[in-house]
Amino acid sequence: MKYVDEYRDGGVAERILEEIRRTVTQPWVVMEVCGGQTHSIMRYGIDRLLPPEIELVHGPGCPVCVTSLEMIDKAHAIASRPEVIFCSFGDMLRVPGSHGDLLSLKARGADVRVVYAPLDCLRIARENPDREVVFFGIGFETTAPANALAVRQAKAEGVANFSMLVSHVLVPPAITAILQSAGNRVQAFLGPGHVCAVMGFSEYEPIAAAYGVPVVVTGFEPVDLLQGVLLAVRQLEAGRHEVENQYSRILGREGNPGARQLIFDVFEIADRNWRGVGRIPKSGYRLRWEYRDHDAERRFEVESIHTEEPAACISGQILKGIKKPVDCPEFGAACTPQSPLGATMVSAEGACAAYYAYGRHLEPRVQIARRTAAG
Amino acid sequence: MCLAIPGKVLDTFDRKGIRMGRVQFGGVVREACLQAVPEAEVGSFVLVHVGFALAVVDEEEAARTYALFEEMGQLAELDAPQPGDRPPPGDGEP
Repeated sequence: MKYVDEYRDGGVAERILEEIRRTVTQPWVVMEVCGGQTHSIMRYGIDRLLPPEIELVHGPGCPVCVTSLEMIDKAHAIASRPEVIFCSFGDMLRVPGSHGDLLSLKARGADVRVVYAPLDCLRIARENPDREVVFFGIGFETTAPANALAVRQAKAEGVANFSMLVSHVLVPPAITAILQSAGNRVQAFLGPGHVCAVMGFSEYEPIAAAYGVPVVVTGFEPVDLLQGVLLAVRQLEAGRHEVENQYSRILGREGNPGARQLIFDVFEIADRNWRGVGRIPKSGYRLRWEYRDHDAERRFEVESIHTEEPAACISGQILKGIKKPVDCPEFGAACTPQSPLGATMVSAEGACAAYYAYGRHLEPRVQIARRTAAG
Repeated sequence: MCLAIPGKVLDTFDRKGIRMGRVQFGGVVREACLQAVPEAEVGSFVLVHVGFALAVVDEEEAARTYALFEEMGQLAELDAPQPGDRPPPGDGEP
C-alpha cells in the first residue's frame, strides 16, 4: 500500500476540507455525474464530511441503470431465440425488464453468457458458426471504443453471425437535459473522469458557458472528490463557470483521439430513451449505415417493440438531482437491490443501490434530511 | 461500470491486425486491446475498460487506483470468463 497513503491521507483530506469550509459562504448544490464517483462518495462518507452548505446530488452516470426498459425487452426477445448466444456484461443480467431479467431467462434454458470484453464475442462467433452471437452494447463514452472495435472487426473479418444490440448513451446531452429540466437544482458538476479519458472535455465548455455552471473533471479517490468539490465551490463563490480538470494526471483536454476515431468510424449520434428520464435528443450512439448488417435490432426485427415505463418510482428525479434515495418511501422497504423497483436500484453504481450498500436506509430519515456536517 | 482498471502490460502481440497485450491486474491476467495506446509497451501501466486500454498511467497512479477499486469491490468484471483464458499466445495464435 505504499502509494495509497497520499490520496487516503487524512491530513491531506482535512486540509482540503478546511479550505472548502473557508471558501464557502452560501448553499450550493453540486452533482457528481459518474456512478463510480457516487459509489466512492458513499463508501467514504464524503457527503457527510462537507460543510452543511454543500449538498451533493447524484447524477445519471450509471449506464446499466439508464438503459431503457424497452431496450431490455428487446434484449429479452432476442435472447429468447434458440439460435442466439446472447452475450452481455454481467451487470445487465439482473436488470428487470417487462418480462423478468436475463438471468431468469438463462435459468429457463436460454444461452445467455457473461463476457469480459466485447471483442471476446467475436471469438465466440467464430467458434459457433451455426449460431447467432449477439452482444448487448451498452455504456457511456468510456465503453464505446471497445464496442466499436468489435463491430469494425466483425465487418473486416466477415464474421457474419455477430451483431450488436446498441444502447449507448452520452454524458453531455444528459447534463444539458438536467440543466433544462423544470426544478433543476444543480449549480455545478463534477465531470466523469474516465469518460473524459476518452472524449477529453472540450465538449463541456459550451455547456458551462451557456448555463453558467462550473464543470470540474474529477477522479474517483476520496481526495480527488474533495479537490473536485473545492474547485467547483471556488468557481461558484467567485461567480466563474469554467471547465477545470482536477484529473490532469490521467487526461488532457483532447482525451484519447485514437479511441475517439474508432467510435466515430462505427457509431453516429442518435436520440435515446433513458430509463427513468425519457427521451433525450442526440443523447446516444447507433451504428452507422455501413455497419447495418451487424445491427441486432434490424437482424431480429425487434425495432417495433415499444415499452412504456411504469411511473411507480422516483428514479427520474433522483437521476436529475431533484430528489435523493432517502426521499422515497419505498427505498429500503419495497425497493431493495434484491428486488429493485427502478433504475437507480438495479446496479451497484446506481444512487439508490449505493445508499443501500452503505446502510443509509437504516438511518432515521429526519436526521438524513437535516444533514450533519461532521462525519 | 465506467471505471477503467489499471494493469501492467506483460506482452504485446498482433491478432488479426489488432494490437493486443496480456495485462496483469493484481493476480488476474486478461487480454486487452492496445490499439488506442500506441505508446504502451511491455512494463507500461494502462487503464483498461472492458478489455480496451484507454490511457497509459504511471505505476504510482496504477497502484493507488487499483487499491481503491479493490476496496470498493469494483473489480468484479475481471472475474467474467474470457475465451482467451488459455496459455500465453505465441504458439497456435493467429
